[in-house]
Amino acid sequence: MYVTDTIAAISTAVGEGGIGIVRISGPEAIEIVEEIFVSKKEKSLVEVDSYTAHYGQIIDPRNQQIVDEVITLVMKAPKTYTTEDIVEIDCHGGPIVVQKILDVVLHSGARLADPGEFTKRAFLNGRIDLAQAEAIIDLIRSQTEVGLEVAIDQLEGGLSKKVDQIKQDIVSLLAHLEATIDFPEDEIEDFNPDQLGARINEAIKKTSDLLATSQRGKILKEGLEVAIIGKPNVGKSSLLNALLRERRAIVTEVPGTTRDVIEEVINIDGIPLKIIDTAGIRKTEDKVEKIGVEKSEQFLKRADLVLLVVDINQGITTEDRDLIKLIKDKKKVVVANKFDLDNNLNLDSLEELLPETPIVKTSAIENEGIDRLEDVISDLVFSGDIRASNQTLITNMRHKNALDRAHQRLLDVRETFEKRLPNDFITIDLRAALEAVGEVTGDTIGEDIIDQIFADFCLGK
Amino acid sequence: MTDYDVIVVGAGHAGCEAGLAAARMGFKSLVLTVDLDNVALMPCNPAIGGPAKSHIVREIDALGGEMAKNIDKTCIQLRMLNTGKGPAVHALRAQADKKMYHLKMKETLEQEENLDLRQGMVEELIVEQDSVTGVRIKSGVEFKGKKVILTTGTFLKGEIIIGERRFNSGPHNQFPSNALSDHLKELGFELRRFKTGTPPRVDKRTIDFNQLKKQPSIDRPIAFSFTNQQIDNQLERRDCWMVYTNQQTHQVIMDNLERSPMHCGQIEGEGARYCPSIETKVDRFPDKDRHKVFVEPEGEYIYEMYLSGFSTCLPVDIQVEMLRTLDGFAEAEIIRPAYAIEYDSIDPTRLKPSLETKQIKNLYTAGQINGTSGYEEAAAQGLLAGINAVLDLKEEEPFILKRSDAYIGVLIDDLVTKGTEEPYRMLTSRAEYRLVLRQDNADLRLTSLGYQLGLISEKRFEKFTDKKEAIEEEMTRLKETTIYPKEEIQKQLEDLGSTKLKNKDNLGRLIKRPELDYESLAPLDSNRPDLSYDVQEEVEIQLKYEGYIKKQLKQIEKQRELEDKKISEEIDYHQIEGLRIEAREKLDQIRPLSIGQAARISGVSPADISVLTVYLEQLSRNEEE
Repeated sequence: MYVTDTIAAISTAVGEGGIGIVRISGPEAIEIVEEIFVSKKEKSLVEVDSYTAHYGQIIDPRNQQIVDEVITLVMKAPKTYTTEDIVEIDCHGGPIVVQKILDVVLHSGARLADPGEFTKRAFLNGRIDLAQAEAIIDLIRSQTEVGLEVAIDQLEGGLSKKVDQIKQDIVSLLAHLEATIDFPEDEIEDFNPDQLGARINEAIKKTSDLLATSQRGKILKEGLEVAIIGKPNVGKSSLLNALLRERRAIVTEVPGTTRDVIEEVINIDGIPLKIIDTAGIRKTEDKVEKIGVEKSEQFLKRADLVLLVVDINQGITTEDRDLIKLIKDKKKVVVANKFDLDNNLNLDSLEELLPETPIVKTSAIENEGIDRLEDVISDLVFSGDIRASNQTLITNMRHKNALDRAHQRLLDVRETFEKRLPNDFITIDLRAALEAVGEVTGDTIGEDIIDQIFADFCLGK
Repeated sequence: MTDYDVIVVGAGHAGCEAGLAAARMGFKSLVLTVDLDNVALMPCNPAIGGPAKSHIVREIDALGGEMAKNIDKTCIQLRMLNTGKGPAVHALRAQADKKMYHLKMKETLEQEENLDLRQGMVEELIVEQDSVTGVRIKSGVEFKGKKVILTTGTFLKGEIIIGERRFNSGPHNQFPSNALSDHLKELGFELRRFKTGTPPRVDKRTIDFNQLKKQPSIDRPIAFSFTNQQIDNQLERRDCWMVYTNQQTHQVIMDNLERSPMHCGQIEGEGARYCPSIETKVDRFPDKDRHKVFVEPEGEYIYEMYLSGFSTCLPVDIQVEMLRTLDGFAEAEIIRPAYAIEYDSIDPTRLKPSLETKQIKNLYTAGQINGTSGYEEAAAQGLLAGINAVLDLKEEEPFILKRSDAYIGVLIDDLVTKGTEEPYRMLTSRAEYRLVLRQDNADLRLTSLGYQLGLISEKRFEKFTDKKEAIEEEMTRLKETTIYPKEEIQKQLEDLGSTKLKNKDNLGRLIKRPELDYESLAPLDSNRPDLSYDVQEEVEIQLKYEGYIKKQLKQIEKQRELEDKKISEEIDYHQIEGLRIEAREKLDQIRPLSIGQAARISGVSPADISVLTVYLEQLSRNEEE
C-alpha cells in the first residue's frame, strides 16, 4: 500500500438505470461516511459487522439538508477488493443525486479517485494476480492522459480566468510574505494587518463565489452530450430554442444560417443535457460554413445521444439518408418536425430505415410536441439506454473538489490571521490552498513563488 | 606517499567539513588546498547565518560538523533576524572575524588525528575503469585515495571581471584551477559557467561613521553550536552600519551602465537573482529611489569594511565615483575593488543523492562546483559528502536526509532531483515543512543521527538526552498544572493583557493564547523548575504551536510512504511500456532512489508515478516467483 489516504468515486456510469453507487476506500472510509450518514436504526457504522447493509439518509453537513435515502454497505479491511475499508453508498436518485453524494463525501475528507485507482490499490495490495498488471497500466494510461490533458481545455473561458485569478492572488500574497521572511533586511514593506486581512478575505470571497456558481450548476452542468442534427433549414435551431424556451440561435429561412456550433444546457428531470446545435451537415463550398460542418461532425462523434430532425413537409430526402448512415451506431431519437405543415413523410419507411428508434412529432416553431420529446429523452436515460462518457463529469467534479479544499484552507488562513499568529503560520495554509488551486490549473507550486518574489521585489545584496 | 581513504580537493567551507567528517569517522583523510593561508576563506561576506542559512549551520552542528563551533569561536557581532514572524523563521546571524575564522578552522584541521592538511594544486584525477583511485598535483606528486571529494569552489577556470578587464584568477586573486577543469571535461563531465560577485572593501579610516546608522550586536546568551550556551570568545564586539544609496549614486551608475560587463554582454555566466549587483538593482527597479548598503567589519587586524548590497562589476574608477556619493563616504578609499567571478560547475542532477557522481565511481562533489552559493550550503554538502564517502567504504547504506528531516535534505534533494539554473541559495520558502525544520530544534531532529554516524561524542549525546527529557517533562508538567478561576488568578491574567478563565484550565493550554508565553506565565506557575533558556524556548514553541505542528507532521506522515518506497538503481526505465517517453528519459537520467523523489522530477506526471508503482510491484512479485 503506497498512499494511505481515502479515495471515492461514482462506480456506476452516469445515467445508468436509476441506481447510483458511490464507493469509498481507505483507512478513513468508515469514519467519513459515519459523519454524513444517519442510520434509521441509529447504528454506528464503525461498530457494525463487515459485509452488512444499512438503511438511512445522507445529510450534507454544510446545511444539514437530506441529500437522499440510501443503503450503505460496509466492508471492513482486509477482506475487501482493495484490502482497505470500503463503504458503498447505494442511492436511488438520478445522476444529480449521485454526484451530490460524492460531493458531500469529498467535502468530508475523501479524495476523488484517479482513474483505475481502486483496481491499482487492489493490485498493489495483492488482491489481483500479476497477469492483470499490464491491463491496469493501460487503464491508468488511457484514462488519465485524456483526463488531465483536457482538464484545462474543458474549463470554459470565464471559469478558467477566474481560477487563474484566484491562483495569482494567492501567489502574490505568498510571494510578499515569503519575501519579507527570506529577505528581512531588504526594504519590503510589511503588510499592515488590515491590508493582509483584506487580501485574505478577497481570496476567500472569490473562491466562495466561484463555488457558489458551481453549486448552481455552472461547473457540474455538463452531463450528457446531445447533438441535434438534420439537413439545413429543417428546424434544428427552432427545436433548440423550444427546448430552451427562449430564442438564442438565429433562425432564418436561408439554409445554412447556423454556421457555428451552438452549445446550450438544459435540465430534463434532473439530468443535465449539453445540447449541441450543429450547423447543417451537407456538402458545401462556402468556407465559413465548411468549418461549421467539420465541427459538427466532430461533435457528432462525441455525442451520447443524437436528435435527428427531419422535415415532415419534405419527407425523407437523400440528404436525410446520408445523415442516417452517419449516425447508425448512435443512440438516437427522430424528431419529425413541422407537423403543422402538410405531411409528406412515410412513417413506415422511416421505421424501416431506423428500427427501434423513437419518433416524436413536433412543431418546434409552435412549441408543440416538445414535452413529449423531453419524456422520451428522460425515459432513455433512466432505462439505462444512454450512458454518458463520464470524462467531463469527473473532470468537473475534480475541479470542484479542489476548489472546495482551497476554500477550506483559506478559511484556515483567516482563522490563523484572526488569532494574530505570526506571518509564517499564515503561509502554511496559504500554500495548501495554492496547491489545491494548482490541481485545477494543472500547475504544481514551487519555483513559481520564488520567481514571483524576484519579479515583485528588489532583493538581495 | 601515504595511501588515504578519503582525499578532499579544496579547503573551503565544503572541503573542511568533508575532511573533518571522514577523519572523525575514523578514516585516514587528506585535505589538499591551493593555499594553506586561505583555509576556510570567506572571500565574500564576513558573516555566517541568516534566514535558512542559520538553520543549516545548526543542522551541521547537530550532525557533528564544525561550522557552528568555528563561528562561535570567531564571532564579533550577533543578530537575531525575523523575530516577529514565527519561531520557524527566526534566524541567527553572526559577523565573523575573517582571519580568525580561517585560523581557527585551520587549527582544527591540523589537530585532527586522522587528517593531513597539505598544500597542492590538483590537476588530474587518477581514474581506472570509471573509478577514481587518487589525484595528481601540479608538482607531479600522486596521492592514492579510495574516495575523492571535489570541493573546488569558484576555482575551476575562474575568471575575475572588473569593468572592461578580465583575467584568469581564483577568488581574491588566488591561482585558478585550469587543468583540473579541462581534465573533468575529458572525463566526460558537462561543465557550465556560473557567476557570482563581491562588493568593494573600503578603508574604515576614510569613512565618517557619524553619518551612518549603527547596528549594534544583540546581547543575549545564544550561540550557533548546541554545545555552547553562549558565545564566549575573547574577540572585541564590533558594530555594523547602514547607509542608503541616493539619486546621485544612481545617476553615476546609469551614466556608466554601458561600461558594466553585465549590461554589455561580456559576462556569459549565470548569476543569482538574490545577489544582484547594484547596477542591476538600479536598472531593474528605477522607481526605487534608494537601496540599503550595510557596512560590515571584517575583523581585528583588518582595516577593510565590507559593503554588503553594493556588489558591482563596474570599472574601478566608477566604483570610487559612486561610492563617494554615499553619506559619510565623501573621502572613502577602496582597498580592494568589487569584482565578478565566473567559474565552471557541474550539473548536480548528474549526482546521486549521496553526492557521488553517476559517471565516475568513488568521486564526490560538494559546494559551488555543484552549482550552489553560500558558505553554509557548501559546508552542508561537504559534511554529507564526507559522511557518505566513509559509509560507502564501510559498505553501509548512504546517509540521505529527507526533506522533512532537515534543510540539508531539501538542499540536496533539490540539487540532484531538479538541478539549478542559477547559483542555488537556500531559502526558507524552499522548505515545504518549514514549521518543523526550525533552527531551535535542529539538535532534536538530528543529534541521534549524528551519534549513530559516530560524529557526536558519548558525552554530548548524554547531555542531549538530558535536554530532551527535560523538555518532555516540562511539557507534561505544564499540561498537568491545573489553574482554577480564582480571583487572584483572574487578576493576574488581566494584568497580562489576557482574558479571564471561564472554567478551570491548565498551563499547557493557557500558553497557546497569543498574548501569553512561557515567561509571562511564571506568576501563575509556583512549582516552576529552573530550566535553561533553550529548554524553555523549546517547551514554549512546542506547546504554543502544537496544532500547527501536528498538522505538518500529518502531511509528512502521508508523504513518508512515498519516500520509503525504494527504487532499485538498476531499473531499466526504457522497458516500462506505460511510461511516456519524456518520463522514461527523465527517470533514466535522474535515477531516483524512491517513489517520492521520482514524483518531484519535472516532466514526470502523477500517472507516470502510478504506472511506476504498478511496475515495481510486478517486478517484485516476479522476483518472488
